Order: sequence, then structure tokens, then C-alpha cells
Amino acid sequence: MDLLERYSDVAGREVVDHLRQLSAELRGMKVVHVNSTREGGGVAELLAKMVPMMNALGIHATWEVIEGTSAFFECTKGFHNAIQGNTVVLPEESYQEYLRINSMNAEKLEDKLRDADFVFIHDPQPAALLKNIVDRKGKWIWRCHIDCSRPYRPVWKFLRRIVSDYDASIFSTAEFVQPLPHPQYIIAPSIDPLSEKNMELSWGEVEGVRKRFDLHPDMPIILQVSRYDRFKDPVGVIAAYRIAREIVPMQLVLAGGGASDDPEGEVVLQEVKKAAAGDPNIRVLVLPPDAHRTINALQRAADIVLQKSIKEGFGLTVTEAMWKSKPVIGGDTGGIRLQVIDHYTGFRVQSPEGAALRIRYLLFNHGKRVEMGRQAKRFVRENFLLTRHLREYLALMIAVFHGFEDRIDLTRN
Amino acid sequence: MHSFYSYDTGFHIRDCALVRLSTGVRVQTLREFRDALERVPDGSIYHHFWGRFLQPQFDEPEYNNDFAAWAYRCLHEKALAERLSVIDPTWFEDIEGLRRELLERIEDYLFEKESVIWARTDEQFYFVQSQLVVLDTGKCMVHPRELVTNLPEISIGSVFYHFIDARRRTEGKTDDFSMWLEAFGPEYRALSEAFKSTDPYFSSLKAIRAKLAQECDNFFMDR
Repeated sequence: MDLLERYSDVAGREVVDHLRQLSAELRGMKVVHVNSTREGGGVAELLAKMVPMMNALGIHATWEVIEGTSAFFECTKGFHNAIQGNTVVLPEESYQEYLRINSMNAEKLEDKLRDADFVFIHDPQPAALLKNIVDRKGKWIWRCHIDCSRPYRPVWKFLRRIVSDYDASIFSTAEFVQPLPHPQYIIAPSIDPLSEKNMELSWGEVEGVRKRFDLHPDMPIILQVSRYDRFKDPVGVIAAYRIAREIVPMQLVLAGGGASDDPEGEVVLQEVKKAAAGDPNIRVLVLPPDAHRTINALQRAADIVLQKSIKEGFGLTVTEAMWKSKPVIGGDTGGIRLQVIDHYTGFRVQSPEGAALRIRYLLFNHGKRVEMGRQAKRFVRENFLLTRHLREYLALMIAVFHGFEDRIDLTRN
Repeated sequence: MHSFYSYDTGFHIRDCALVRLSTGVRVQTLREFRDALERVPDGSIYHHFWGRFLQPQFDEPEYNNDFAAWAYRCLHEKALAERLSVIDPTWFEDIEGLRRELLERIEDYLFEKESVIWARTDEQFYFVQSQLVVLDTGKCMVHPRELVTNLPEISIGSVFYHFIDARRRTEGKTDDFSMWLEAFGPEYRALSEAFKSTDPYFSSLKAIRAKLAQECDNFFMDR
């Protein structure tokens, strides 16, 4: 079946028709997306779907991945943490390595980037490509997927000089926007309902994964899926589990993996293993980047999904869990606020104690859990599927192309 | 009358997509809010009354605009929220008139209250504006009866454009459908009135589409 037809089955025919109409204006244009990893993390997952969708709509879209050294990725991980508000002091050599790697990648990608009608640069890693492509033909847009609401100033000042030259930027929520001398769009991310991570699975497959990880069939499963990253607060999740377990028996699954641009993950993983030591009902899983169906099955097997982040860009794992009709207990931060509508699609919490309270409430109230799960799925269908995300990208491209007017009436053409 | 709906040429169904932009203005206290309201672009005030329909929101909104919702949820000033929520933007000739009314009501409230009214740091109000891309769907209705088959099928963007956005564009500050129906004379007046009396504020675009489609079904059932 044609790619667009498949989306029309899940998201609705009108939604896909709408994409076709919107893309008519952009047909034949060259669009290049650039990021720093082909696998692992929400950005890679998004691009793996967004690019084929754009192509199916008649846009010539490609996806390029920059290459870097371990020193470069150490530096960009520092940028990532600093943008999320951590004090990160980077030596001058780190900044130089960042610029050197960008310059090296720019040489390799020069022809493609210069000729493109639109270039979307995802996150800080490839942001300095722009300065190396002098005679740019198209519009360059910096897409920041990170919570940029309170960046560490010294690092942000460096990055701001780099991203200021873009034609526009995109942030996930209004709270994340930083003052820049160009239009700043607000586009929430999305999930792909047809991906291995979100597609329907048979009961047998879900059961198989439960057995594979030796999870007890009669004990509720509490799950958090995320990288081993301090901002995701996996140790706080264990603390919440320990409080709730005093009253209700349950098992906790922490499922994460590394991404090739995240060298800090191993350190956090060791902290988590230490915190979980000695409890047979906690599973700390390290999954490979392509374990999408396993994650899907774990989310479907879970009774409650947590995303107890202290800082969060958007939190696609929240969207994924909601799509599987699970209520989510999420940290009261970032994009989680857009998705977890307190008391409707889950609960927002500010402490392990708060998470423990809500775990107990939801395990006690089966009816409420089902009702919240149903509401969560509907909310995602209407607002956070890939089709909506793509629609906003297309609208943005038309808007940027037509010069940032309030109202662009294509019916007058 | 607009070129896309007339008795002679039919009703050309439009669609639209909206993308949001930051204005860079955020406020934490009611006084800051008042000062910002005075200077934010017209498009931002439009967005917080109308554009919000095309962005994620859960079920029925409690208040008909983002300003009232913020006053209630973050400033915890229910009385102010109530006063702001009764403002209907169609009362005003233009956004400037609406802006003046908002300012009046907030200034009255500030005068009545002696304490500083503020929100938590992470509950500030972010003024947003939007760009609207308007498209032609290529579909055209020549007779009102075609509403019966077309209305349930039109996109959410079409509902927004013809039923919500129309209030900013049309002379009567109403929706495009009822304006078109009026061109056919008294025969369709009841349906036009049913459309006009559908409150656009308290439901999702999907629910509005279902309500309008139901009105059409009822109207044409015995005809």
C-alpha cells in the first residue's frame, strides 16, 4: 500500500488529503535535513519517517548525518546539558573541535546544502554548518529539540552567535524560545503510528517480551522508557517505586539505550544499577537502538508508564505510551505539560513522593486507569501524530517562502 | 460578498493550516500582562482568541480565550477570568477595539485589587502569534443540499477557516456557511440561523463539524 494511504488508515483520509493540498505548493523543491545520529533518540526516529513522507508528497527530501570525533560528541553533549540549564564549563579546545568538525562536514555536504531550497538543521551539533556554506540558495532553519527555557548563559552565547544567522528557528514549546533575530516557530514533535515502536502488536508478541525479561504475569508493571540520563531522573523513579511498593506489590522496568552521541549514558546507568541493586522486582534493561518492537511490547505490557523527567524537551516516550492507551505519570516540566493533562491523560508530579502517590491511585482505580488511557490515545491521535507535525513543517515552509506574512492566501495564485 | 461564495458561483471550500510563532513576549504578573497587551501585535490577540482552536487542547475549553484561562489557572483570579471570558471578539470592528476592551477590564481589576497578582515562574504567559496558510480544496458546492454530504467530510482546517476565521473576515462577523445560505433567500433562513447560533467557543473543531452536520441533516430530512 502507498505510504500516504497507510497513514490515511490511521490518522484519517481528510488529514492526508490536507497534506497533499498543502504540499502542492512545494512539489519539486529540495529539502535537506541534517542531524548527528542515524539511530537512537527521538530526532533520528522522527527523520526516519518525516523524510519518506515528504518524498511521498513530491518534495525531494534527503537526510544527512554529520560525522564527528569523540571529543566533538563530548562537546555537543555538554551543549545539550548546558541548553537544558546545567552549568557546563567547556575548555576552549572543545569549542574549536566543534567548529572544526562542522567545517569538515560542510566540505563534504557543500553541494547538497548550497543547492537546497530548505535546509533543516536539527539541534546544536550541526548548527555551525551554516557559517561554512557561504553562497546559500535556500532558507536555513534551525530546529531545536531541546528544552531551551533557561540555557546556561556562557554556552548559549556561543551558540546564539551561530544560530542567529538562520532564516528562522523552531522550538517545541513557547517556553523554550530564546530571543533570536529571526522568526521563531513553535512546533510540537510527534510520533509515527506506523513505526515498529508504535504499531499494533499481537498479544503473543507482548507476552513473549514479558517472558523474555522474566516479568511476573500477575504483578502490575510500572515502566519508564528513556535514555540513562540524569534529566530523566531514573533514580527518582526507583525512589517512587520503593515508596509505592511499601503498600502495593509491583515490578519496575527501566528500559533505555545509548545513543551514539551520548557518552554520559554509561555513568548514569551505573548509578541506576547501584540504586536498583538487591531488588528482584526491578529490571534495568539496556536495549539496542533498534529494539523498537521490544519497547513497543513493554509499553503495551505496562499498567502505568512514568516519565519522571526533571527537564524534558518534549518527551516522545510519553506520546508513545499515551498512544498505547496508558495513563502517564510525568514530571511537571517541558513538553510533558503539553501532553499529560493532569487528571485526564495522567498526572504531573514534582517529586518521587508525588509519583508514588499517583502510582498507588492508578493501581487501585482500574476504571480510572482505563478511562485515562482512552483519553490519552484520543488526545495523541488528534494532536501528536506525524501527520500533524508534517503539516506544520509544510505550512512553515510556505510561510517562510512567502515572507512571514500573517496570512498567506494561496487561492489567489 | 466574498468571491468564493455566492449564489452564482457556488461555495468554494477552502482549507487552511496554521503555524505558531513566538512574539518573544512573556509575562508573570497581571501588571506586566496589561503592559504587554498594549504592545503585542494584533496577530497575537487574534491567536489567543481564535488561532488556539487549531492547536492542541483537551476537549471543551473552560474559557473562550487563552487570557481568561491563564487568569484562572495561573493567576488564580477567577473573577478576572470570568470578566475576560465574556468578551466576544465579534463585538468589535477590529482587533484594536478588542485590545482596548481587554485593557479596560484588566485596569478595572487592577484598580479593585491592591495586592500584586502574579504567577509562578514556570506558569508565565507566553504571547504567541500565528501565520495562516489558506488553500483551495478544489471542491465547490452549488446548492445548499450539498452541505449534507460535504460537511461531515471537510477537514478540521476547513471548519476553522469557514466557521471560526470567517468571524474576522465577514461583514456580519459570522460564519461563511450562513452567509452563503442567506443568498438563497428565506427558504434556508432557518438553517442559516441554526449555524449562527452554534457557539464556536466551547468545543473542538471536530465537535463543531458534527454539530453543523447534524443541523443540516435535521433541516433537509423532510425536504
